Order: sequence, then C-alpha cells, then structure tokens
Amino acid sequence: MSADSGAITRAEVAHLARLARLAVNDQELDVFADQLDVILGAVARVGEVAADDIPPTSHAVPLSNVFRPDERRAGLTQEQALSGAPAAEEGRFRVPQILGEEE
Amino acid sequence: MSSDALTGSSMNSELTRLTAAELAQKIHSREVSAVEVTQAHLDRIAAVDDRDEGVHAFLHVDASAALSAAALVDESLDAGTAPASPLAGVPLALKDVLTTSDMPTTVGSKILEGWRPPYDATVTARLRAAGIPILGKTNMDEFAMGSSTEYSAYGVTRNPWDLRRIPGGSGGGSAAALAAFEAPLAIGTDTGGSIRQPAAMTGTVGVKPTYGAVSRFGLVACASSLDQAGPCARTVLDTALLHEVIAGHDPMDSTSIDAPVPDVVEAARRGASGDLRGLRVGVVRELSGEGYQPGVRSTFEAALRQLEALGAELVEVSTPHFRYALAAYYLILPSEVSSNLARFDAMRYGLRVENGATSAEEVMALTREAGFGPEVKRRIILGTYALSSGYYDAYYGQAQKVRTLISRDFAAAFEQADVLVSPTAPTTAFPIGDKVDDPLAMYLNDLATIPTNLAGTTAMSVPSGLAPEDGLPTGLQIMAPALGEAVMYRVAAAYEAARDAEDGGPLIQRVPGLEVSA
Repeated sequence: MSADSGAITRAEVAHLARLARLAVNDQELDVFADQLDVILGAVARVGEVAADDIPPTSHAVPLSNVFRPDERRAGLTQEQALSGAPAAEEGRFRVPQILGEEE
Repeated sequence: MSSDALTGSSMNSELTRLTAAELAQKIHSREVSAVEVTQAHLDRIAAVDDRDEGVHAFLHVDASAALSAAALVDESLDAGTAPASPLAGVPLALKDVLTTSDMPTTVGSKILEGWRPPYDATVTARLRAAGIPILGKTNMDEFAMGSSTEYSAYGVTRNPWDLRRIPGGSGGGSAAALAAFEAPLAIGTDTGGSIRQPAAMTGTVGVKPTYGAVSRFGLVACASSLDQAGPCARTVLDTALLHEVIAGHDPMDSTSIDAPVPDVVEAARRGASGDLRGLRVGVVRELSGEGYQPGVRSTFEAALRQLEALGAELVEVSTPHFRYALAAYYLILPSEVSSNLARFDAMRYGLRVENGATSAEEVMALTREAGFGPEVKRRIILGTYALSSGYYDAYYGQAQKVRTLISRDFAAAFEQADVLVSPTAPTTAFPIGDKVDDPLAMYLNDLATIPTNLAGTTAMSVPSGLAPEDGLPTGLQIMAPALGEAVMYRVAAAYEAARDAEDGGPLIQRVPGLEVSA
C-alpha cells in the first residue's frame, strides 16, 4: 500500500519466528513473507495520523490497582494442576532439558 | 403434555422453533419438561450437524450432561421451587473458548486438542447456576482469529442459509447453531466482531457488551484488552434475558466493571412497543459509504427509514479516525496475541511434540509449529514484529494513539446521538474458500465492528432483511456508549418489531429446512 513501508524479508520472518518459538518450514517462510509484507503495508497507515500530542490507550476502561482482599482461599489442587500436563512425575511437571550442556 | 397427539419428532421440531422466552414459559408452567426441550435440541443436532455435510456448528456435544442439568431443573420445578432464572431449563450452545470442567475446551486449535480444563469460566458457572443446560461446545476460528470459521483446526462450519457458504467468524458455530434451530441460546466472544459479524451472516442477534461487563475469567485469551463475551439468540428479548444471566461484576477478573448491570430485559420489552420518539440515531458517515455490497446498503437504508417511522430522529455523524481503526486493530491485536499465546509452551498443559528434540526450547518450537494453524502463526509473527525495538513506536505505539482518537470520535458522536448505526458487515456470507488465502481481504470483514472493540463500548447486530441479489441475511449494527446497553436494546427491539411486522414474521423463519441427514 504505502511504498515506504519497507519490505519484510524472508530472513526477518525467520528471525521473528525463532523469537516466537515457531519452527516454521521453508514453504511457510515464503508464504508468510509475502503475506506479512502486504499486511504491514496496509497497517502502516496508522503512521499517517498526526498524533504527537495524543496519549496512547492501552486499555479502554480506566482501572488501576484492582486488588482483592488479602484472604486465604482454595486454589487448584496439585492433581488438578497436573491434570493436563503432557508429562508429570512425582507430583511435578516433567519437562525437557532446560540448560544446555555447555552452560 | 400431549405427546399422544403429536409424534415425537414433530413435537420436537415444533419445540426447536420456539424462542427461549416461549420455551421458558412452557417449562416453568410445566407444559413441557426441560428434559423434553433439551432432547428436542439434541435430536435436531443429530439430524443436521454432520461434520462432513451438515452445519457442523458443534465440536463437542454432551447429551448426558445436558439432560442431567435439564432433569435437575425439572426436579426443582416439580418440587415447587421457583426457577433459578428466567431461562432455567432452556438449553444453550457454548463457544469453545470458555472453559468447562466437564467438557473439552479446544479453542478450535490442535494445541488444546482434548484438553479438559480443571475449572469453569465465570460465564459457564453463571449459566449452570441459572439452570441453563449446556448442549455442547461450538466451532470457531482457531483462538478466535478469523471471520469465517474456516481457520478452525476441526473443519469449517456451514451457514444454514446456504451450506456452501461461511457462517461468519470467529463465532460461526454459535451463530449457525441458532440459525439451524440446534439451540435457542448461545454464547459468543467478540474481539473485533466475532459475535456481531456471524449474527449478521446468519440472520440472528448478537451483542458485544461493554468491555468489562461480562467476566473474562476462564475465557481463553486472544487479545485481552479487546476480548468480551456476550449473548447470542434469535430475538432481541432472548438475547437480553441471556445478557442478564452472564453480566455483572466478577472479582476473578480484575478488568471487570463494578457497576450495576443495565436493565436490558425491561429495555427490550419497552422497545418492542415500537416508540422511538425523542431518540437520536446517528448514521456514521465513515461506515455507510463505499465498500458495501448493494444489498447490504439497500437493507441498511430500509432500516433507517423504519427507525425514522418509529419516531427516531436521524442525524449524520462523522468519526474521521474510524478509517484507521482496521490498521490500528491489526497492530494491537497481534501484539497482544504474540504475548498471550506464549503460554502455550508444551510444558504444563496442551500438546507436546518431541520428535527427537531434547531441549525445552526445541520442544516448544516444534509443538507450536505443529499445534498452531497459519492464521495464528501469522499474527504471532506480526505481533512479534510490531513489538520489536526499532518498530515499536511506529507500529504498536502509534496504533495505541489511534485508539485514543477513535474513543474521542465515539465520545463526540455520542454528544450528537443516543445510538449510532451502520451495516454490521460489508457483505453477506461469502462462499467457503473465497478469502481463506487472502488475509487482508478476510480482515476487511471487520471494518464496521472493530471501532467498538478499540473503544471498549457496546454494540450489537440485529437482522435487517435479505440482500435482494443473493437472498442472504444482512445485519444492522447498533452502537451505544459504555454501559449504554439499555438504550441499544430498546432501539433493537423496536426495529425488530417493526421489521417483523413489515415482513409478516421473523426473518429467521425463512431459513431453509436443512433436512441434511436423519
């Protein structure tokens, strides 16, 4: 849409996918790079609005510091918390290796 | 009871044609049992909801849970206890984005295939407390990202008006279940139009309440600052009755509004008398011009004439920043998505794909690759980009400023008018497959619905007739200020009554019979 939006490259998409922990394949990279380029071209028009002195809105309803009373109440049991786990052992989540050998 | 006078199936099909208010009256007066009403809808689902050829509104049906819940209502009424709510005993279809402790919750995604949540969403809990049997969970675009239900990982839902067409999305399953008479009530969620656009495309009614009016506890997040659950039905009154069941403050949702629920049932009843004198209806210039299908424009213009005939004063309002709403939305939404969906990490619940990988990071990447569909991946990547250092100010930061300007446009428009109106969607239901590979064309579906989500205000869609060129339903969108639901329901009920009178009956009665399979 706007010529100055700057094309998003296949390499950039691969980098973003890695940051987002998505193991995208080569074919997806081709398709996504083209599609994201078109989408970014269209959404870049937010830049046309002169908004230097406009405060940003992150949330439509102005609420701040919503606390509940500091009272004990029941949460999930250990069994409930583990009920959907892909793997559990001794009442804990069993996960793949987190630290690399070189660390 | 007159089961001897009618065959089981014809009595059942008669029950499924009734409104929720009519069903409640019959159940509470013990003319029919809640179990019979639930069974009639289960029979209808079995007849028309085939995955491969039928409507396929449901991803999961739980007949025994629904019948047990209905039996409890019957027992309680037989014991002389007052109904738990005005809708006690009337069954409902629940969008598969709200957690249910007794049924799977998939959000239309492979990454949560078969997941059984350990707790009920607040909406689910309120439905149960109101004595509303839950028939099952309805189909949706994966993680509510889409406008056609084609991005569901479990197959498309078909529009009961024409099975070759999409029912809208993301809540296409809930809307199609209503239009196919599989359920008289449904729950949807609306992040950018996912209640209103499917309502328009199926000839049903759908309300996006004010942000914070209905609890998000147990609503699987798409974009937290935009997501809002709401009621869907075939009439304005039924929608209002359901609204009062699910709305209200919830301490479990820190963004829940601590204010009384507007009396929308009273507003709907009052509106049905059809007097809108003294009310100012704003016609949004930016949402009624180009880009709309001819039949969408002609039914909208007819609706304006009807509102005028009811005594409303039409005023033209301008909302100059609405033209940037779609762009702002498709930066804010993916940004929130990329953050929210980081929780699907293959460690605590949901899918895990190992495939020989040994590190947690590799397992995460393989799982998310296998578990997410293309639209979800596109939005995660887009959001990751918009939030990256170097791009943040130009994209996400600027979009948040546009959001402020859109709220200001609404505020100015509501100085001039009590409600605003526009067509709900730019087109009628399009053929399955038409836009599935063109994300930008798909996004344009939400042109008229997105501003309301960005501003956190309320809006609804009511059927506004059939487009002459294709005979498919169109919707009138009515928008009101935050917590202005009462005036919105009043206008909707008045318009509905006038349109039904002019058409000689509700539009939905003209939906095809759908005798797909027995």
